[in-house]
Amino acid sequence: MTLSKSQLIKRIFKPTVFFLSLVPFLILCWNFFNDTLSANPLDDITDETGTWTLRFLLITLSITPLRKIFHWHNLINFRKMFGLFAFFYGTLHFITYIWFDKFFEWQEILTDISKRPFITIGFASFVLMIPLAVTSFQKMIRLLKKKWQILHRLIYIITIGGVVHYWWLVKSDIQRPLMYAILLTVLLGYRIVIFFISQKKV
Amino acid sequence: MLIQKKNDIPSSQITNEKLYLHRKEFIKNVSLATLGIVSGILSPKNLFSQDKNSWKPTNPSSYNTTEELNSYKDITTYNNFYEFGTDKSDPAENAKNFKIKPWSVSIEGAVKKPATYTLEDIIKGQTMEDRIYRLRCVEGWSMVIPWLGFPLANLIKKVEPTSKAKYVEFITLNDSSQMPGQKRPYLNWPYTEGLRMDEAMHPLTILATGLYGKILPNQNGAPLRLVVPWKYGFKSCKSIVKIRFVENEPKTSWNLANSDEYGFYSNVNPEVDHPRWSQARERRIGEFFKRKTLMFNGYADQVASLYSGMDLKKNF
Repeated sequence: MTLSKSQLIKRIFKPTVFFLSLVPFLILCWNFFNDTLSANPLDDITDETGTWTLRFLLITLSITPLRKIFHWHNLINFRKMFGLFAFFYGTLHFITYIWFDKFFEWQEILTDISKRPFITIGFASFVLMIPLAVTSFQKMIRLLKKKWQILHRLIYIITIGGVVHYWWLVKSDIQRPLMYAILLTVLLGYRIVIFFISQKKV
Repeated sequence: MLIQKKNDIPSSQITNEKLYLHRKEFIKNVSLATLGIVSGILSPKNLFSQDKNSWKPTNPSSYNTTEELNSYKDITTYNNFYEFGTDKSDPAENAKNFKIKPWSVSIEGAVKKPATYTLEDIIKGQTMEDRIYRLRCVEGWSMVIPWLGFPLANLIKKVEPTSKAKYVEFITLNDSSQMPGQKRPYLNWPYTEGLRMDEAMHPLTILATGLYGKILPNQNGAPLRLVVPWKYGFKSCKSIVKIRFVENEPKTSWNLANSDEYGFYSNVNPEVDHPRWSQARERRIGEFFKRKTLMFNGYADQVASLYSGMDLKKNF
């Protein structure tokens, strides 16, 4: 039996990519239950889930440039999955914060959100991911049409918020947030350039 | 045809009769040892918890806390020592080959006996005590650590500060060939810290050369580090090569990096937040729930008088 290209994507590539996207989560669980995280495992979980949220946001944002530059049009089949994984890791990250860091002390959480800029922006970015996750299904795309596209441009703001959140929480060594900021600048810069080129053509 | 092999076992291969007779016991011991090692590997914390539960201070101090100690493993694998990298696991990894012999400490400034002392000179005549202190990191976690050291005051008295000595400045080794973190300028190298003279003379302030009764591991600031238990951890300067007695408040590395966030005093204070996070609670390493942070890290009875009349919000 030979599989058609779309079958190949659906039956082989998609499950593979899905599993690979879960690997960071599985590794984290493995290390947690085997006691091979650091002496402060709860902080490690917060750090790891936060980092993977940002990585999946950037992976999602790189789909369009990669498709257009290298003509890998099939990549579009994976964009939704990557976006939802960003939401998955973001949700875990948010849960670790309200649970392991604040122990559901809502008053403290509200104070944090209103008083601490890096938490404000991280929280806002997470909240903005919710409508995107909710409307990520085919049905919603058909239902919302043009509005869907506009709504999903929120990912630009969400990712900028994510990078700023990371930048503002480090103590002095900004090397890693800087790397994410550069990558994000390239990915957004590409879109700005394309936008102006298309304007000129008109 | 029958081919009979001759008896060719050399006598060296023949098991000693005594061992043979005790073979069951031997097997039992080996299996027990193997079991121990394997279970130790499977749950690394157990391998070290022995220290924690069976270790007893040989020369305890009356300042010691009776709280449960953190394990040797936790204390030596979860470190902030930016000279060796900014991840908590970096110091244990990158300080392995750090050279602490020979080591000398230059004592300079307003003292009658300025000189470069060898580490042996510094330690000579000092009675080492096991000081079990809480350590509170500015990041919001804490540990209980059994340091081995002696009061800084004892050293200060020996070098005879003059009346101009109002502050003491501590400087860490500056050697990027050994300390890879110093290749990047995220802090002002060499790492510099400082104390007011009365803080430096306080009996709680010690110079540590060990922990758990053993020589100080490199990642914890070997061979000589400061420990000031009522201040955030970063005030306790590591791998000290210079102690300078000065008239004016020294410029400290973290203060230079971000003066809004890291003040000169940096006393542990649950009521004064770090601008970016609350200092009201802390996670004791090894515990799930956070505990309330204590004023002056629980040493208020001993040190609060040093700051009477001072606005601690301003002088954070």
